[in-house]
Amino acid sequence: MRIVLNGQYCEVKSTMLDQILIECDYINPAIATALNDTIVHKQARVGTVLNEGDRLEVVAPIGGG
Amino acid sequence: MPNFYNVEFDNALLLGTAQYPSPAILTDAIRHSQVQIVTASLRREAGGSGAGQNFWDMIKGLGIRVLPNTASCYSVKEAVTTAHMAREVFDTRWIKLEVIGNSDTLQPDIFGLVEAARILCEDGFEVFPYTTEDLVLADKLLQVGCEVLMPWGSPIGSGRGLNNPYGIRTLRAHFPDVPLIIDAGIGLPSQAAQAMELGCDAVLLNTAVAKSGDPVTMAKAFADAISAGRAAFLSTPIEMSDMAQPSTPVIGKAFLA
Repeated sequence: MRIVLNGQYCEVKSTMLDQILIECDYINPAIATALNDTIVHKQARVGTVLNEGDRLEVVAPIGGG
Repeated sequence: MPNFYNVEFDNALLLGTAQYPSPAILTDAIRHSQVQIVTASLRREAGGSGAGQNFWDMIKGLGIRVLPNTASCYSVKEAVTTAHMAREVFDTRWIKLEVIGNSDTLQPDIFGLVEAARILCEDGFEVFPYTTEDLVLADKLLQVGCEVLMPWGSPIGSGRGLNNPYGIRTLRAHFPDVPLIIDAGIGLPSQAAQAMELGCDAVLLNTAVAKSGDPVTMAKAFADAISAGRAAFLSTPIEMSDMAQPSTPVIGKAFLA
């Protein structure tokens, strides 16, 4: 299935969000996710199904002003 | 001492965490200036990077408070979603709310700012709105639930200092009990001191320290200037006068030809 991960097309085998994150090597807890512009909270990642063409954003802490 | 959302702090300098030459210099600057609050942000991260986790672990290790921001958000929805993501990652109800309205000046979209602040206050956030010195706007932000105001000094990263000291003085006079944090545009310790002399409660800056030649020393210089400015405000400075007023008594002067 092809999704858009952080603005880039990406082929993934999994359909569940929690599995996609593991598949894409997001192993650290300090991340937040949004699917098609809507936040998906940590506890809701299990059970959230992605579809072809969905837009997934994965963000992490960075220095800011 | 500054008090934000019923938490009291000893230091009125808030420091941004971007643009430093290295993480070690950032942590040294924080420690050397005894900063108790730093800002941070969220950005896309590639899988396997771990950079975000490392940064977060470093900040957590300092034992200080984090104020996440919604930098670069140009819409209410984007800012609100980013705030929720920040709350989850940083585990805090605090949010420095930025809804940007112009890419040249990075000044806030004041209409979007009020709406986003309203939504986030209702969602249980403790909002620190990046705003202008506009008095009416400040009142609207307080009405929707903000308990702190963060008026800009001048455009972000410009180092211009306080563009409108009158506006800041007016804000202070109208809202004597609302914590005011000057956010953005400060370039020199003397400018930060001026903000504090006007009665502001704190100053938030990033570029002026991070991009200086010696961020560690500059951070301390800002902390000292901010402390001096606060002491001056509490000491009730004299009024300015257009006319000279001799400080040495005139009476009793010897009459000499």
